[in-house]
Amino acid sequence: MTNAKGRFGIHGGQYIPETLMNAVIELEEAYERCKRDETFQRELTALFNDYAGRPSRLYFAERMTRELGGAKIYLKREDLNHTGAHKINNVLGQALLARRMGKTRLIAETGAGQHGVATATAAALMGMECVVFMGEEDTKRQALNVYRMRLLGAEVIPVSSGTGTLKDAVSAAMREWTGRIDDTHYCLGSVMGPHPFPTLVRDFQSVISREIRAQMLEKEGRLPDAVLACVGGGSNAIGAFYHFIGDAGVRLIGCEAAGRGTGTFETAATINTGRLGIFHGMKSYFCQDEYGQIAPVYSISAGLDYPGIGPEHADLHDRGRAEYVAVTDDEAVDAFEYLSRTEGIIPAIESAHAVAYAMKLAPQMGKDALMVVNLSGRGDKDCAAIARYRGEDLHE
Amino acid sequence: MSRIPEAFAHGKAFVAFITCGDPDLQTTEEAVLAAAENGADLIELGIPFSDPTAEGPVIQAANMRALSGGVTTDRILDFAASLRQRTTVPMVFMTYANVVFSYGIGRFAQRCREAGMDGVILPDVPWEEKEEFAPAFRARGLDFISLIAPTSAHRIGQIAGEAEGFLYIVSSLGVTGERGAITTDIGGMVSLVRAASGIPCAVGFGISTLEQAARMASLSDGAIVGSAIMRIIAEHGSQAAPYVGDYVRRMKDALRAL
Repeated sequence: MTNAKGRFGIHGGQYIPETLMNAVIELEEAYERCKRDETFQRELTALFNDYAGRPSRLYFAERMTRELGGAKIYLKREDLNHTGAHKINNVLGQALLARRMGKTRLIAETGAGQHGVATATAAALMGMECVVFMGEEDTKRQALNVYRMRLLGAEVIPVSSGTGTLKDAVSAAMREWTGRIDDTHYCLGSVMGPHPFPTLVRDFQSVISREIRAQMLEKEGRLPDAVLACVGGGSNAIGAFYHFIGDAGVRLIGCEAAGRGTGTFETAATINTGRLGIFHGMKSYFCQDEYGQIAPVYSISAGLDYPGIGPEHADLHDRGRAEYVAVTDDEAVDAFEYLSRTEGIIPAIESAHAVAYAMKLAPQMGKDALMVVNLSGRGDKDCAAIARYRGEDLHE
Repeated sequence: MSRIPEAFAHGKAFVAFITCGDPDLQTTEEAVLAAAENGADLIELGIPFSDPTAEGPVIQAANMRALSGGVTTDRILDFAASLRQRTTVPMVFMTYANVVFSYGIGRFAQRCREAGMDGVILPDVPWEEKEEFAPAFRARGLDFISLIAPTSAHRIGQIAGEAEGFLYIVSSLGVTGERGAITTDIGGMVSLVRAASGIPCAVGFGISTLEQAARMASLSDGAIVGSAIMRIIAEHGSQAAPYVGDYVRRMKDALRAL
């Protein structure tokens, strides 16, 4: 019999060492208090608006729409947030929460570096100490973000264990938290890990769909027909989906990183190639071998390079409420260049996965259809890597 | 029936953890037999996992070496069954939830029973989640071992009240691995256990020296050592068994003196 607490269908739960149990119980209690506390909510809204620059714009991509010749495409501009991605939404929420709990130190994992930068930013803002764990491989792919984190006063610890990527950074952060709980909050960057993280991160990110909903009603007088977002752990996607889950007419499409293709081992498309498992505190789908050993996944995008997916997405998939499609490196890089050229917007390579699928889907939809693509981050950080992908060596 | 009570029936218990397949199963077999012959009262056989989040660097590295050497859950279950023909020492598996879940909890428990194992420890399955796993083992006469940590506080009574086999007391915050000093009030934790249950308790995490083992066992019913043994195996490779045996003998002697 499985424990019902913190479940999304059969997924979720709290599969963590006993040492951390009281920490997540305290976190859940503190979060429940803050959720109902008007002062907390007011402080968070003020930070969202005045510091992060919310609400983010919903931009009608007219040239892209015309060129593709189908659905009307709107871009939700999370890339315009302070620090350049949706990650700041969650981090401001958790940092405020951690401060309320009397914690003075934030630790975080990061893949592409966006969550690490956001956490370092919030820590600087609130005068907290910050340590970010980052796969050694990723510190090379995202050297600029490593510098940004250090500039913001954070310590960046390269993680060389395992495959030296995001999953190893999560493991290292969990190990660090197990050793130092009293003054430290683990600011998890996605809708994953043990309960209450998938719920509280989703709540902080759900501001995205709350805004999309209001903005669409204002601009078009109706809800969109489809909402697209890239999915690694799935925080920007759940943020963009959440307030539409009850609206059966809105297609919710998560775009996974297929890497070199779902038929290869060099992929990170969890729903498309993984199976049910238990890892990093949660039950969900994971890329793994027949004995449950976690697979060394691959994607050009350091932010989507994770072998699992958040439990709420796993449940939305089980229920058929959301679709999860796989987008290859090649398609994402094409979309990265396409959006830059067509709309003058350089998307994060993560977000480019959603743009790539929008380019396939929009022409299949009628001209009266409405599509929203969540542009979760901006692509400045990716320019050197994409140039390398195209055979050009840039020195930053 | 689980042989675990036997492990705590002869004074303070010495529990040895050994990762299966590091560097190969032949070495594991020799090391386990050497440990048992030299006084280990209970053996924890580690089934390696790709991402062992409760382990420090020494056991992480042992896991990686074992997996790259090609061991699998099936091969380890076969190995345990053949090992059982050569020793009566109580043995439990220690691994991670996904290894068991992925194999099929019932199927894994059945194969454990057939192999003559006595229990299982899953450090990433806390009290809240244990009913998904424990019944399949219980039904087959195996113990599902629970852990308590320095942060468990009021959870200790609840966990001890339902504990099977023995209770694994995590000595300090953090992951497995040798430590200079253990500052937790182990005596206080043991008293809370005793108030809730008559279950034996053994202390692990961070114990490597004779003095630490003796001190931890004097406060409880036994000491568990993993990283220090895996460090010996890492150092001596396939020739490690006599060194493991020698280490276990000295540790057990220190406990016998209590």
